[in-house]
Amino acid sequence: MEIFGVPSALLGSQLLVGLINGSFYAVLSLGLAIIFGLLNIINFAHGAQYMMGAFVAWIALTKFGINYWAALLLSPVVIGALGVVLERTMLRRLYKLDHLYGLLLTFGLALIFEGFFRDQYGISGQPYEVPELLQGGVSLGFMFLPIYRGWVVVAALVVCFGTWFMIEKTKLGAYLRAGTENPQIVQALGINVPLLITFTYGYGVALAAFAGVLAAPIYQVNPLMGSNLIIVVFAVVVIGGMGSIMGSILTGLGLGLIEGLTRVFYPEGSAVVVFFIMVIVLLVRPAGLFGRA
Amino acid sequence: MKHINRKLTALACATAFATLSGAANAQISGNTVKVGVLTDMSGTYSDLAGSGAVLATQMAIDDFIAEAKPAFKVEMVSADHQNKADIASTKAREWFEREGVDTATELVTTSTALAVMKIAKEMNRVALMSGPASTPITNEQCNDVSVHYTYDTYALANGTAKAVTQQGGKTWFFLTADYAFGQALEKDSTAVVTANGGKVLGSVRHPFPASDFSSFLLQAQASGAQIIGLANAGADTTNAIKQAAEFGITPKQALAGLLMFISDVHAIGLKSTQGMYLTTGFYWDLNDATRAWSKRFFDKQKRMPTMVQAGQYSSVLHYLRAVKAAGTDDAAKVMAQMKKTPINDFFAKNGRIREDGRMVHDMYLAQVKKPAESKYPWDYYHIRQVIPADEAFQPLSQSRCALVKK
Repeated sequence: MEIFGVPSALLGSQLLVGLINGSFYAVLSLGLAIIFGLLNIINFAHGAQYMMGAFVAWIALTKFGINYWAALLLSPVVIGALGVVLERTMLRRLYKLDHLYGLLLTFGLALIFEGFFRDQYGISGQPYEVPELLQGGVSLGFMFLPIYRGWVVVAALVVCFGTWFMIEKTKLGAYLRAGTENPQIVQALGINVPLLITFTYGYGVALAAFAGVLAAPIYQVNPLMGSNLIIVVFAVVVIGGMGSIMGSILTGLGLGLIEGLTRVFYPEGSAVVVFFIMVIVLLVRPAGLFGRA
Repeated sequence: MKHINRKLTALACATAFATLSGAANAQISGNTVKVGVLTDMSGTYSDLAGSGAVLATQMAIDDFIAEAKPAFKVEMVSADHQNKADIASTKAREWFEREGVDTATELVTTSTALAVMKIAKEMNRVALMSGPASTPITNEQCNDVSVHYTYDTYALANGTAKAVTQQGGKTWFFLTADYAFGQALEKDSTAVVTANGGKVLGSVRHPFPASDFSSFLLQAQASGAQIIGLANAGADTTNAIKQAAEFGITPKQALAGLLMFISDVHAIGLKSTQGMYLTTGFYWDLNDATRAWSKRFFDKQKRMPTMVQAGQYSSVLHYLRAVKAAGTDDAAKVMAQMKKTPINDFFAKNGRIREDGRMVHDMYLAQVKKPAESKYPWDYYHIRQVIPADEAFQPLSQSRCALVKK
């Protein structure tokens, strides 16, 4: 059976692959959306933090023999802690200034991080094996699905919806939202708002590192892996609506699917389709699909 | 104006110098030969060229000074062109006009090479290209001050695509990087495949650079072709190979890497690359001479040299020897000397530079070893075939270069 001249089996597999890529977009754009929504910082270092997450996993495995599962926890903690240090020492000073200052600072940091890893490890990247438990694949009839890719979708969805739940449905999340809405009053109620904000930045950065560990067995662990991805992820956040948590998750998954379809029908356009959609969305709904104007 | 002043000063100095020390070096401006290395120091190609190419240049200069004890000085300058043609041309112009650089070398990435070649011609200096791949350098865009030294897309397609097709890989599907280099490589390879009785079932053009190849690989899988030809380079190639193994496409369908360097094989590992064919202009473990030089390189760089880095050494040494023999750094005279002298070193046996600027030498068809066959670090290739110089490169009869008299 064919749909628009493309065999339906091929189409089905492309949709699945799109969903897998969408999972990466969702985790990364979620981190960005949280940081922007709660701190008003446009975190341009997000791609570099994603890359460093992958590198921490690689270093842990090759130098210390720490396996994938431990790295999945360790790497976000290490990179998240680095994020906390950055927030405490640098970002904190910029909250009262224009968005542009935060953007410039984090962009500069991203260049420094990438430059450091490039100098240390070169550009060709390092190989990272798929963990033994997740090797191989299953035949779905219309395609061969590597088990690891299936795991990526599950892990990403769990983390995304867990985060959404924490921010929208728990008391901690309520403090966070209140703290950004009106810091003085929340502080007066006895809640340590600066600490909450530090924690939030650390968590957003940890999400990037988590995505980095997920990506390590699929792509070469490469100093530039983040800079190739970050621009698309920013477009995802803009389309979803800056700062909207659920918006960034759903948009990430949706754009992954659309990109997957573009790769079948017009592969040359697959690198720009996200930006094309961004232009249309900004014209029709300047606040983004899920944003409040 | 500055340039003329520089030349006048140089001429005055040279005249003064000549009266003192005899005529031998009278023609070398400032009594110094300056070699500029213009390469990718930080981007996609920095592992296959980059700091390794700078090191190879320094080794060539040191070896030349030790062997020839020239009366003139030899200096090196280097810069990062970031794979951008505009940065490369600005830097080359500055070097030629203000810093007295005699030759711009390496020039990985075709677009930077084409830009610098034009400036070299205009300023009457020499361009030595070890890194770039595309054939227009010695065809439509050829000129008489440029040498294309190590390899090109014709030689790659001719080596790998021919061998694979002749060994029974009759149906092909191309994964092509969507820019000039990828398209040139696909075109050259398609010609070789069909000429050897094979058939191209289709191709997909992927954006450059891309990181996820699963969609494109699934299309290649659906085509049912025996061979998936990778008409891309660097990180695109390594990611495509890694993901083909992940999706169970290899070993049912085989991959042919049309431009792969030893740095790529090193990065992916033998497990995913074993059995692949590739064409190379140099392999460090070929014979005693290549091993000896590569070991010196390894001691400093902690990596074995790629063909681009080995070719860079050879081209700079050949240039410096020609300057000494000709007794001048004048571009036309040095080029004439380089063209009439055969090249014999660890890199090339009886290599020669043709009138279109192409340096022709033997190429090697290599097959990547299985992990169990690799006995020591960097033991990666079986050399399956030596492709003789006359067969490896585009014959002059097919040349589209205006300098070739037919």
